Amino acid sequence: MKRITAWRRRPWAGYAVVLAALVAIGVVYAGFSPRTDRAEAQSTAQAAEDLKNGQKLFDKNCASCHGLNAQGTKDAQGNAIAPSLIGVGAASVDFQVSTGRMPAANPGAQVPRKTPIPTFNTSIKTDYEEKDKREAAEKQKAQAEKNLADLRAYIASLGGGPEVPPASAVDPAKGNVALGGKLFRTNCAQCHSFTGQGGALTGGKYAPPLSKSDVTPTQMYEAMLTGPQAMPVFNDTTLTPQDKQAIISYLVKTREEPNPGGNSLGRIGPVTEGLAGWLVGIGLLVLAAMWITAKKPKKLKKS
Amino acid sequence: MSEATAPKAVEAPLTFLDDRLGSTTFFKRNMKKVFPDHWSFMLGEIALYSFIILLLTGTFLTLWFKPSMGEVVYNGSYTHLRGVTMSEAYASTLHISFDVRGGLLMRQIHHWAAVLFMAAILAHMLRVFFTGAYRKPRELNWLIGIGMFTLGMLEGLFGYSLPDDLLSGTGLRITQGVAESIPVVGTYLYMFLFGGEFPGQDIVPRLYMLHILLIPGLLLGMVTAHMMIMWVQKHTAMPVKNQTEHQVYGYPFYPVFMAKTGAYFLFTFGVLALLGAFAQINPIWLFGPYDPGAISSGSQPDWYMGPLEGALRIMPNWEITALGHTLSLNVLIPALVPLGIIFGGAAAWPWVEAWVTGDRRHHHVNTRPRNAPVRTATGMAAVAFYGLLWLAGANDILADKFHISLFATTWFFRVMVFVGPFLAFIITKRICLGLQRKDADVIGHGVESGVIMMSPEGKFSERHEPARDEEKQVILSKENARLQPPARDARGIPAPGAKGPLGHLRARLNRAWTFDDIPVEEHGHGEQEEIEGGRTSQEISH
Repeated sequence: MKRITAWRRRPWAGYAVVLAALVAIGVVYAGFSPRTDRAEAQSTAQAAEDLKNGQKLFDKNCASCHGLNAQGTKDAQGNAIAPSLIGVGAASVDFQVSTGRMPAANPGAQVPRKTPIPTFNTSIKTDYEEKDKREAAEKQKAQAEKNLADLRAYIASLGGGPEVPPASAVDPAKGNVALGGKLFRTNCAQCHSFTGQGGALTGGKYAPPLSKSDVTPTQMYEAMLTGPQAMPVFNDTTLTPQDKQAIISYLVKTREEPNPGGNSLGRIGPVTEGLAGWLVGIGLLVLAAMWITAKKPKKLKKS
Repeated sequence: MSEATAPKAVEAPLTFLDDRLGSTTFFKRNMKKVFPDHWSFMLGEIALYSFIILLLTGTFLTLWFKPSMGEVVYNGSYTHLRGVTMSEAYASTLHISFDVRGGLLMRQIHHWAAVLFMAAILAHMLRVFFTGAYRKPRELNWLIGIGMFTLGMLEGLFGYSLPDDLLSGTGLRITQGVAESIPVVGTYLYMFLFGGEFPGQDIVPRLYMLHILLIPGLLLGMVTAHMMIMWVQKHTAMPVKNQTEHQVYGYPFYPVFMAKTGAYFLFTFGVLALLGAFAQINPIWLFGPYDPGAISSGSQPDWYMGPLEGALRIMPNWEITALGHTLSLNVLIPALVPLGIIFGGAAAWPWVEAWVTGDRRHHHVNTRPRNAPVRTATGMAAVAFYGLLWLAGANDILADKFHISLFATTWFFRVMVFVGPFLAFIITKRICLGLQRKDADVIGHGVESGVIMMSPEGKFSERHEPARDEEKQVILSKENARLQPPARDARGIPAPGAKGPLGHLRARLNRAWTFDDIPVEEHGHGEQEEIEGGRTSQEISH
């Protein structure tokens, strides 16, 4: 005791006690929750790594036009080459990249939909017979999904913006198809045509067709939410999430609906009908007329 | 005339009718009436038979169609529209399509028959024009035909407007705009037609009465007149062997022509049934009910309204505002001018041609198109004009499907609608003259036989054989241009008929009609070549 009593008079004694207490608390705390701490450190590290992957993908595929800091670029005259991506959100990235529009191949009036580049192609064929081929494809697909998610996260990290809608919000089975039809005819048909067959717009732009099955419900939702290219933005006050789901439901159910009247003729109205009437109708009847008048009755044959 | 007599089974009822109706021997005589045979003479029959099918299927549709703008909430079999408020007209059309047995098939056959009816009339008119079959004495039938095509356009417009779907409602909106654009009376006319503000409650019932009663009645009367006049005047014939201006060469109505035309009705019916069963037309359930606040891209009318749509689409936005009134040239010009030129020009053409050529004879034998180059070229210019406007009506579909800029298509048609007819005129005339030259060659030199002969001096030549008699007959049907007296003789005195500005114009047009005609005559060898050479040099200077 004497020695301790003697030490407590030393100038460093106070510091030593505080340090000892800290160590004790630390040891006790570490003893109680060792796993959480390690996991957090690990997930933070993982997230950082994912973001890093996202940034790497951005630098490789997007930065040449959108700028190294996603700030957008301008040409010598000050006209925008590519817009800033700060604040466009994950939904916009998901739409542009999953439809193959971005990375764009060349600038034009409008960037067309195409098969996404392999790095981001999440819809590759995986149902191979051979096991190793299938596994390779599945692995590639998983990697593409991760790449897309990382890129989304990276752009979202730059300034927030609309999120990718959850699967429940875009399920066509849950929407009101009659309401969707009304909303579609009022808001969308003037460009996309009655059943989403697409249509021409001014200045070489066009409204793409929505009638093929590769246009997914999620992409439709994201398009309404973010207004890509010539399309206006339909935010949640213009079209509520229920309205958006109704429109998706109308589009998906209508394009899956069979044509009770026979061949659809493209579902674009009287232009193809007139063409069919002239080519098939008049064509067949002219052939019939030629055949009938070429036949000479035997009895009356004169020439 | 043929010597064929009908068998007893046919003869007896005809005698029965003739005895009782006092028609003496009308039926019996006319059983033997001879008709010439050519495939293009059947085009008009497509229209006739489509019209019959239109009347029958249309009657079927009236049994369920409700011509009412009264609002109902749909609750039928088409689930995608359940709960939507719509007019009774639209709801009953859905009912016909989905709930009436055979209703959709009938609707589709009716619509395809309308498409084919108009297409056949146009094809028939082109045949009549290019063969010169409208010439004296058949001008009246030509006018009736133009009248039927115009009425058919209205009938079609009113018909496809009845279901009150979004596509046809857009068409009605344009109809309203056209009515309003008429100077002075436009607004009154539109209010009178619609019974108030657009769309109102009255338009569908009104169009329905016009569509099922007035216009079909008029058309039926005109069809009857057309057929009776044709029967009395006799059908024109192609310039084949044995056919003359005085005698029709062909087959008797009974039994040959009756069998052919009966079979052709069945062919028409068959093609319409095929289209009706296998090609979807006017799927109004996809278009949705009409709502003045909604519109769709790719809204086109049926094909026969296409040229009007095209004219409207390429028309610049010209308006004159004076004294507080607006004159909407941007609607008025496309609505009246292009089809005014085509139909007005077509109606006046028989008289214009007779005036220019001075030909007032009766014609029963058709001209081959190449033998009237100016007529054929004018016809092709009209075809180009009509066709370009027609295509312009589909400009957004063309732009979308062929990945062309929409503005580029608009400007292309704005230019081509003026340039195209001139190009068509020049090209067609050159082709006609080329064919005339070939005919002259066949008559003058004969047909290439493919036999190469070597003369004793070692000169090679191909032997030409005279054309077959039938072929010669066809080629020699050409009437060579007669020499016209010069507009002024040597002493400066104008020729009779060439006095005054009108006479001067006539003389000039007459010269344009005939100056580069290539005579096709049976000549000696050398003489023919000489004429040909002379003609060619003259043409180049043209």
